[in-house]
Amino acid sequence: MTQDTTFHHGDAPNAAPIIQMTDIEKHFGNIIALAGVSFDVVPGECHCLLGDNGAGKSTFIKTMSGVHKPTKGTITFEGQEMNFNSPRDAMEAGIATVFQDLAMIPLMSVTRNFFMGREPTKGSGILKRFDAERANEITMEEMRKMGINLRGPDQAVGTLSGGERQTVAIARAVYFGAKVLILDEPTSALGVRQTSNVLATIDRVRKQGVGVVFISHNVRHALAVGDRFTVLNRGKTLGTAKRGEITPEALQDLMAGGQEMAQLEGSLGGTI
Amino acid sequence: MTDTTTPIGDERLKQETFFAKLMKRPELGAIAGVILVVAFFLATADSAMFTLSGIMNFMTPAAQLGILAIGAALLMIGGEFDLSIGSMVAFAGLFFGVCVVTWQLPLILAIPMTFVFAACVGAVNGSIVIRTGLPSFIVTLAFLFILRGLSLVGLKLATNGSTQLRGVRDAVEGDWLAPIFSGDAFEGLFAALAQAGLIDTFKSGTPKVPGIPVEILWFVAIALLATYVLLRTPAGNWIFATGGDSNAATNSGVPVNKVKISLFMLTACCAALVAIITVMDAGSTDARRGFQKEFEAIIAAVIGGCLLTGGYGSAIGAFFGAIIFGMVVIGLTYTGFDQDWFQVFLGGMLLIAVLFNNAIRKRVTGER
Repeated sequence: MTQDTTFHHGDAPNAAPIIQMTDIEKHFGNIIALAGVSFDVVPGECHCLLGDNGAGKSTFIKTMSGVHKPTKGTITFEGQEMNFNSPRDAMEAGIATVFQDLAMIPLMSVTRNFFMGREPTKGSGILKRFDAERANEITMEEMRKMGINLRGPDQAVGTLSGGERQTVAIARAVYFGAKVLILDEPTSALGVRQTSNVLATIDRVRKQGVGVVFISHNVRHALAVGDRFTVLNRGKTLGTAKRGEITPEALQDLMAGGQEMAQLEGSLGGTI
Repeated sequence: MTDTTTPIGDERLKQETFFAKLMKRPELGAIAGVILVVAFFLATADSAMFTLSGIMNFMTPAAQLGILAIGAALLMIGGEFDLSIGSMVAFAGLFFGVCVVTWQLPLILAIPMTFVFAACVGAVNGSIVIRTGLPSFIVTLAFLFILRGLSLVGLKLATNGSTQLRGVRDAVEGDWLAPIFSGDAFEGLFAALAQAGLIDTFKSGTPKVPGIPVEILWFVAIALLATYVLLRTPAGNWIFATGGDSNAATNSGVPVNKVKISLFMLTACCAALVAIITVMDAGSTDARRGFQKEFEAIIAAVIGGCLLTGGYGSAIGAFFGAIIFGMVVIGLTYTGFDQDWFQVFLGGMLLIAVLFNNAIRKRVTGER
């Protein structure tokens, strides 16, 4: 896993962060789900958030996307302190989250899914109607940009592969003005080919200046596309490393919290 | 990287034929059904069935059912059922009868009041389903009995013990709104056609078909409007999304609860429209009005391609589903068959339609 990928890795981390989260804590009753997490995203980078199951990844992204309010800590969005009261607030500010269920309806066409809840209209008053032609055109165009050739805009989402659906969800978020795009384990259920398609999509989105937060527990996938890596363990951030500063083995050890993994790795012979 | 950004056509993709595209339309089954049924009756029925008067004969019950079926279809696409629409016809009929006969209100007040009343009952239905999270099947099954019972009790109260409220015809006589909700339209045109010898007439010279019964016009208008809303407005997209996956729809900003409650109100209003038309036509209202219509409406919607699970279907399909229904009910009287075959036919039709719809759904979603 030392070979470099074909993806472009810019020097983006020098820019000012779009969103900065400092010492975020989140308690659920007597359970401390997050105990001091600091994380930031700059435009045009892919910042990977790595962690094993139960590390607090889900809680953290839900805090970032406005589902949970942090118990302690500050969220600064484009230089201003923000308090998101709902996912809607976060969405309007430009934080889009693609959850694992993707919010896609298989029986509906790609276009209808793409514009679900945000349909373009033409005409006014009683004649205000869904502008199907424009919606179809935009969908075809946006999907072409993402490298997916649809049979037609009326193709049902159910006929797309898992990777393609993921790409539609990402394209939709970007089209509707996401500045920060949070991807919750986008590659976890995908095959090799589909995974590389999704990683290519992430690369494209990054080039458009969107800050991508890539949540994963797969070190290979993260290293393939990430610019920075933050490891979360037992509700705390263990630090952030830039690309090239850290080896896959070190990342893996951090995620697992050290010891046992080293032993396991010995018996399995390499990176998992 | 750059070579994959502009992909060419997928070589594994076969060119889709016109037929394959056609196979994906939800209303295809209903249209095929209409063709089959027409062929069946052309072969077996008296030729009188497909004369102008024969067509009006079967289109009238089809229209009355169809108005309900289109409402039911929209609600089914939105992912819910309403089993109370048949009882709602009786209940709205009672309310309308009381407005017109007991309170002596003019139609300009009685009709909007009936619609508002029905919409309120629909909203109650919908709110209970949304608030409790119970299946609409159960909630509206309860209302099937509640509304039917209330209609009986209410009729007895309004008429001092009878289950029929008469005198609607006398009460609406001469009201300027009456022709929109009862009788025949385009009578002048039909008379002119008769005079020109273009349509059949009685010996006296009056046309055999005096005009198009208004319910047929309402039926066609509602089918067109519902299709327009479904396919060409944001609201239509919300209905599909709500029925397809309400969680995904909510996450995408679709006002799911509003959509569902509006649909319940809409089906109730469709029931009220049928009640107004049939009560004015019969001149009286009774507690059995609309009996079992909820099942017939749902069957017509399913024959029209609506999935029981929601998120898929069409108003045009329900339109043709209702026509199939009317043709079979009335058509059997033109044949030598026992009319009671109708129920057998209906059940068989439903079964075939469900199997067919299931196959279509798998095709659309690419399941294998």
